[in-house]
Amino acid sequence: MSNVSINIDGKEIVTQEGEFILNAARANDIYIPAICYLTRCSPTLACRICLVEADGKQVYACNAKAKEGMNITTTTETIEKERRAIMEVYDVNHPLQCGVCDQSGECELQNYTLEIGVDSQSYTVQDVDRASHDWGHLHYDPGLCIVCERCVTACKDMIGDNSLKTIARGGDPLNAEYKESMPKDSYAMWNKLNKSVIGLTNGTDVLDCTSCGECAAVCPVGALVSTQFMYKSNSWELKSIPATCGHCSAGCQISYDVKHTSVHNPDEKIYRVMNEWNYVSLCGAGRYGFDYENRDVVKDEVAFVKALEAFKKADTIKFTSTITNEEAFILETLKNKFGYKLVNDEAKSFQTFLSDYSAVSGTSLYGSDLKTSMNSNFIVSIGTAIKTDNPNARYALNNSLTTNKGAALYFHPLADPVVDDMSKNIVSINHKPLQEETALYLVLDLFADKSKLPTDIVEYLASFHSTKTITVTETIKEKVIQIVKEMKVNEETGEEEEVEVEKSKMVPKKVSKEVEVDDNRLLSMLGMADDFMETFAKLMKKKDTFSMIVGPDLYNHPNSKNLARLVALVEKYSEFELIMIPTLTNTLGVAMINELSDTAGSYAVGYNTDADFVLSGLGEGDLDMPAINQQEGTLTSINKSVNPTNAALPYGGYTLNDIANALGLNAENTIDYTVELGSIDGFKAEAFDDLPDHYTNAGEEIRGYKLESLSTSTSSDENVIKIDEALGLDGAIIYLANPVRQFTDFTKNTTNLDEKSGVYMSTEALEASELNEGDSVSVKTDNGELTANIVCDTKIAGNITVLPTFDSKLNSGALVNGYRFANASIQKV
Amino acid sequence: MEQFNNRNVADNGYFMVDIEDYPTDGWGKFKRVIDRTFKLELFVGLWVVMREMIKFDIHTISYPAEKMPIGPRYRAVHEMKRLWESDAERCIGCGLCEKICISDCIRMDTKIDEESRKEVTEYTINLGRCIFCGYCAEVCPELAITHGGEYEQASEQREHFIDYDYMLTPIDVMKQNAQKEFEGFGAITPHEDERVTKTPLSY
Repeated sequence: MSNVSINIDGKEIVTQEGEFILNAARANDIYIPAICYLTRCSPTLACRICLVEADGKQVYACNAKAKEGMNITTTTETIEKERRAIMEVYDVNHPLQCGVCDQSGECELQNYTLEIGVDSQSYTVQDVDRASHDWGHLHYDPGLCIVCERCVTACKDMIGDNSLKTIARGGDPLNAEYKESMPKDSYAMWNKLNKSVIGLTNGTDVLDCTSCGECAAVCPVGALVSTQFMYKSNSWELKSIPATCGHCSAGCQISYDVKHTSVHNPDEKIYRVMNEWNYVSLCGAGRYGFDYENRDVVKDEVAFVKALEAFKKADTIKFTSTITNEEAFILETLKNKFGYKLVNDEAKSFQTFLSDYSAVSGTSLYGSDLKTSMNSNFIVSIGTAIKTDNPNARYALNNSLTTNKGAALYFHPLADPVVDDMSKNIVSINHKPLQEETALYLVLDLFADKSKLPTDIVEYLASFHSTKTITVTETIKEKVIQIVKEMKVNEETGEEEEVEVEKSKMVPKKVSKEVEVDDNRLLSMLGMADDFMETFAKLMKKKDTFSMIVGPDLYNHPNSKNLARLVALVEKYSEFELIMIPTLTNTLGVAMINELSDTAGSYAVGYNTDADFVLSGLGEGDLDMPAINQQEGTLTSINKSVNPTNAALPYGGYTLNDIANALGLNAENTIDYTVELGSIDGFKAEAFDDLPDHYTNAGEEIRGYKLESLSTSTSSDENVIKIDEALGLDGAIIYLANPVRQFTDFTKNTTNLDEKSGVYMSTEALEASELNEGDSVSVKTDNGELTANIVCDTKIAGNITVLPTFDSKLNSGALVNGYRFANASIQKV
Repeated sequence: MEQFNNRNVADNGYFMVDIEDYPTDGWGKFKRVIDRTFKLELFVGLWVVMREMIKFDIHTISYPAEKMPIGPRYRAVHEMKRLWESDAERCIGCGLCEKICISDCIRMDTKIDEESRKEVTEYTINLGRCIFCGYCAEVCPELAITHGGEYEQASEQREHFIDYDYMLTPIDVMKQNAQKEFEGFGAITPHEDERVTKTPLSY
């Protein structure tokens, strides 16, 4: 993409060729009204209010692309008339009860009506009955809907659920006179608007989606609102606390909207979560899982003294990665001072994976971020149940497929209908568990630059190829000449006699041909379709930016070291930009800050995890700790950025910093350690209060700072182990993954996220078995056994049974040996 | 009410009082001191009081047995009005009074009720903070919150005045069609109909 300069309202601006005029204008602080356009999604062209004049021609700023030397006027007399007419049309039959609308005060219809100055109405049409619908977690009021289709666009282009569509409204057509009397575009817009409302694609009246609520967030009016927030509070009463979501490693920027609980209770309460939906999309856990705070905690001095005793007695600190960088730093400092062993298995495996990766790649961190994936047009995902491991990675995948005309390969044993439904250009390869190496070798084979790749790997890859002769049946049309006897009148004699006539016709005929084709044994090892290479050739057309997402399945794989090296080779010798999904919220931060041990000692203090003495933000331990939404601090995200988060709710108890101070450290607040993070490679010495937290109009994320990827010393050793073809689990398999919207015990503690914990089976697996939803089953592996009820999960397919990790009471982790898959027997009890 | 609708004060029997300017120079000020000292103005006032006392022309009223009539625009303790049509409460819980209140003394809780309508579950006005500015009555789109004539705010408990039920028109008053509309802040101004542009309708 080259830079071009265009002129908008006399201002020379430089933008990329092919950028939409609207985005170019916004990036340069030039205002063009627009309702239906969503940054990062494809233009909808529903509102038509972004009309501008480009080189004397009226175009829509949201879908007209910038060309060198373009001259743009954002407003002319005709455009003003169009905009005025459009806003009048939107106000036709729109209810005037703004007082009881949840959007009032932040409503784009209110804003634009006032801005355009609509003080009288010229148009009218009889309305149809537009009763409201309760769609489950969302409430839709078609009477308020202006059918800008932003919800449909967000669901299709960003989220990938494709749950919403426009359906027919019925009712009177517009008065024919308007076609003559109205401005052209506003009539066309009204004509379309008057025929449609929003409906569900599944044909029922209840949403069956991944419940992210993004459609309600983008709704400019009060048509789509979250049922949990409806009529709870006016927007202007709420105070926004900028924060970073603490549920997964995506580290989305959110704001907690807080207000006093009620007339009688002045304590602050979180009413909802908002986001900058033009630049960041939340998942259901981020949006609805906000009330996980540790409530009504007071300073329990007895417990605090016991905690100090426990710290003096302990030789190990166990913790999870749902902590801030500062807390991780405190733990590290305590470790250095008192020689504790720090134990965090999941961060340890990620740390090991990263260092194995660095040994080949020469960089301490993977090279890319989710924004790069979103802007690429070919994505390969290996080793992650993408929609639940990191919903933002899923959105990046879907956005690349839909808006960049992208294609993708999704390698994962667990069949996922959500991923399959994103696009027809995504190929899911549901290989056997433990075959991740084969998948990576295939990626090397398909994409790596063989001229640079180490020769032994090239040779090894070549060993999978053979030519085979296959019989291809083709249908060809053949000319067939037949001799037909006909009765004809002999002209000379006048008698009828039999003559032979030649007739030709085209007849389809099947021909078998023997052709020599390349046979790649890697494909059959992974159980891929025979015609994959043809599909692949189609997918690869016009692709130039490649991105690879790898996930937690690889970190705990028995051959994780080899996988890390293969991943590094893919990044090094192909065009792929690499991104790794850290397992939990701050796994990346912990992996960088802490020196972790493999095994625990004799007496352990646990932070949010089981141990001899438990500090818990969940409110069930020996000493209470604040949850992430009650803390100031920084979290390290998948995008390698250190994001600040603020305390949305007050917390009255002791914090880890209080314990550290009592043990001889000295810091007034936990965030005093933010600047000290600079002593760790990759982090910067920046004070918490200096960290920025916003998006620019150009969509640039200015939050905290980016981790520096340091170059590490590498040996020239790029050896990788060959595939052990015996690897691969068959039979009944369990997989550790959470249902959509659940991550940890913190999400389980929230009131709005009501996913049942249990043994998740797909509809087809349940139908094939003799089990029913609700049955109590015992799941038994070589490592352990648990008993729980079956939950039917419509968001998975295939025969693999999924066990959640968000419910620590289930203790599903004890069933596997690190690697997330295991053979298991499932018996009804 | 016509007298209140007419806001031209000059028509209502007001007149300018002829008052001399105060002296500015030293001599003028000296003359004023001498005047005031020897004119015995005090006794002028005392004489007026004695004259009226003898005439038994009493101008005060015996409060609290007697009370002065209060102007319909007087802004005393708030009232919550009901709809004439259905006797239902007018308040829709829009929160504009809460927002506009400059002494931040109004709070309300709302929720969605069984019929999917917005319901006000709690409504309080902290009269200890209220400055009776009338903004809440003015901003109210439903003429639900208004001021009333109840200016007596002595009580053992301030809470006695912030009770929603206390402010709400009692249902028996409503049944007798005895609810009084507030004529002050927020009331519909005269000739409103002439100023409104009608919206075309296809019904």
